[in-house]
Amino acid sequence: MATRKSAAKPNVSADELKTYYHDMLLIRRFEEKAGQLYGMGLIGGFCHLYIGQEAVVVGLEAAAEEGDKRVTSYRDHGHMLACGMDPNGVMAELTGREGGYSKGKGGSMHMFSKEKHFYGGHGIVGAQVPIGTGLAFADKYLGNDRVSFAYFGDGAANQGQVYESFNMAAIWKLPVIFVIENNQYAMGTAQKRSTSSAEIYKRGEPFGIPGQLVDGMDVLAVKEAGEKAVAHCRSGEGPYILEVKTYRYRGHSMSDPAKYRTREEVQNMREKHDPIEHIRQMLIEGKHATEDDLKEIDKTIKDIVNKSADFAKESPEPALEELWTDIYADEIPQHNA
Amino acid sequence: MPTEILMPALSPTMEEGTLAKWMVKEGDTVSSGDILAEIETDKATMEFEAVDEGTIGKILIEEGTEGVKVNTPIAVLLEEGESADDIGAVSAAPEADKAEADAEEAPAAAEAPAASAPAEVKSKASPDWPEGTEMREQTVREALRDAMAEEMRADTNVYVMGEEVAEYQGAYKVTQGLLDEFGPKRVVDTPITEHGFAGLAVGAAFGGLKPIVEFMTFNFAMQAIDQIINSAAKTLYMSGGQMGAPMVFRGPNGAAARVGAQHSQDYAAWYAHIPGLKVVMPYSAADAKGLLKQAIRDPNPVIFLENEILYGRSFEVPVLEDFTIPFGKARIWREGTDVTIVSFGIGMQYALEAADKLADEGISAEVIDLRTLRPIDYDTVLASVMKTNRCVTVEEGFPVGSIGNHLSATIMERAFDYLDAPVINCTGKDVPMPYAANLEKHALVTTDEVIAAVKKVTYR
Repeated sequence: MATRKSAAKPNVSADELKTYYHDMLLIRRFEEKAGQLYGMGLIGGFCHLYIGQEAVVVGLEAAAEEGDKRVTSYRDHGHMLACGMDPNGVMAELTGREGGYSKGKGGSMHMFSKEKHFYGGHGIVGAQVPIGTGLAFADKYLGNDRVSFAYFGDGAANQGQVYESFNMAAIWKLPVIFVIENNQYAMGTAQKRSTSSAEIYKRGEPFGIPGQLVDGMDVLAVKEAGEKAVAHCRSGEGPYILEVKTYRYRGHSMSDPAKYRTREEVQNMREKHDPIEHIRQMLIEGKHATEDDLKEIDKTIKDIVNKSADFAKESPEPALEELWTDIYADEIPQHNA
Repeated sequence: MPTEILMPALSPTMEEGTLAKWMVKEGDTVSSGDILAEIETDKATMEFEAVDEGTIGKILIEEGTEGVKVNTPIAVLLEEGESADDIGAVSAAPEADKAEADAEEAPAAAEAPAASAPAEVKSKASPDWPEGTEMREQTVREALRDAMAEEMRADTNVYVMGEEVAEYQGAYKVTQGLLDEFGPKRVVDTPITEHGFAGLAVGAAFGGLKPIVEFMTFNFAMQAIDQIINSAAKTLYMSGGQMGAPMVFRGPNGAAARVGAQHSQDYAAWYAHIPGLKVVMPYSAADAKGLLKQAIRDPNPVIFLENEILYGRSFEVPVLEDFTIPFGKARIWREGTDVTIVSFGIGMQYALEAADKLADEGISAEVIDLRTLRPIDYDTVLASVMKTNRCVTVEEGFPVGSIGNHLSATIMERAFDYLDAPVINCTGKDVPMPYAANLEKHALVTTDEVIAAVKKVTYR
């Protein structure tokens, strides 16, 4: 884990810090609630929680501008909340209800929002990487200066299509940031057992794509790296790789007992490297916020999350007719290019 | 003894070509590797090299000659010590006689139904364009190219990407000329990276473009099938209708000629299986054009299955500024009363040949071209079967889980009482495609098998 350079001298305002704290805590509390609802049988199937990784997506969203696009894997709840999607719609999709983002037809792994430029939510490991590259292809074709974030994990980094994407993004200079969220376990397989090189960010080198290692437990470090990557892409320099070292506290999915790592390892990360605790200390020690201020934020978030759970429980199941809708489009979907 | 230089076969499907230009003249000395001539196939212009060394004794086929059949002697090469006087020995040889005779008979041969050339067919007035519309002959290849060019002119967000589509002008010349007209931004050569560029194109479609993805053949699309099915076909549903992938995946599908098991598969039934995809498999050039234009305009992912052998085949195409053919409308190529033969794509060649031969024996076959496999025009098939009470299906794909199987089940469910015989499915054989010419011919469906099936269901 890289050291936390940013802690000493944060180059952001108190309000920004508080926003990151809010956004990260929202993801954590939301995910904890989702875990709870799963245990109650209200959420079914696969449910991959983002707890521990919050700084990655919040830091990168802080570097993004309106109109930038993002696409990710199945561990996607955090990304949706961070880009401003409605927690009610996300939670109701988890419970498979009419009020969910996909009317209950997508589930945890498949949600989308045109409005927020969120392109899924993909269940096949690595498949979102060429898709994200294609979003960037479209933006370059259309002549705007948008940037796309293609998020994937250290596990997906061993899929062939990732390198097919690197190659095309490099030869066509596409404005795509490949974000490798390295949580160190591809499901249950530790990186050293699955990945030939420890430094995944260097895998762009043969393609001429610059790469950078980032401390993913430090939201400001992530934001700073994100800004650099965004500037690179937006100026027409082509793709950029960020390997963001992070850690997932929970199992791969709800049914994972996580026997492949020790309790001590997880405890160590939670106690010494927690990204939310880190920013909390920064706020308090820098006198950017009082304990009461933070309690207020905690309370606001608790309300949002509880409301989303209520909404997700109360929203009706989709009508049976929905089985037969949205298989084919009648007209070309409007795009927000 | 002087050596004959023969017209070479320069592609798996080449039967004849144009001797575009001689690069040598009589009396020139040539050695192995020298370029003798430029030969134009329907796909490309290729240089033809000398294999042996010697002197060009005589040029037998003038440059500019079209329709020179493969293996026709085009020149005579003299070895050291031989002179032009020795050439007589060659022309007196029995093989040469035969070649000349073949050349004379060439026009007649063209009319006969050769193994891979269909009998001429007469279509009835089409419901797809107004009566009296001017028609002109066009190859399927040209029709496909025109369809793309017209749609690219109409919508700047339509673009083509694939291997060799731009500078090479298309591996099968289907995209010929598009780079010149639309430039490299809209006609994009990709690396050999099917999974990658299929996924990239899905992303581009999500992002507001209308990609036409050319697979050099659909055999290579197996590398990309996850993106086609999991990403392109399912996203509209998974997103609750918020976004989908308006795009076309196109390219040659099925067997060409002698290209072996990994390059010869027909994927019609595979793709037709998938909700969220539309699947088109045209036979004629007019259908290829009208359906491809429709596919490009369709807001859904469309699988457009072409056929290498059909690319060079000419059909009448309406001369209209703009015409499309709707999906889900079969075409009745000939009406009949005794049996319904249902096919699509190159299968139509066997269906129509069989119908012609059956007519000579007094059996009247109605021949239906499905044209699209998703949606499928059940109504036209069922109405025909209710009239003829018998049905034979024809396709080149594997038998298990075939389109014919599906039609049989549908007919059984919806027209059981009308059937006077079980439906027979004529398909490719349940074997990987062999290379040997004789085995390959038998691995594919044959006209004789269609005729035999019709006789069986009509109890003749």
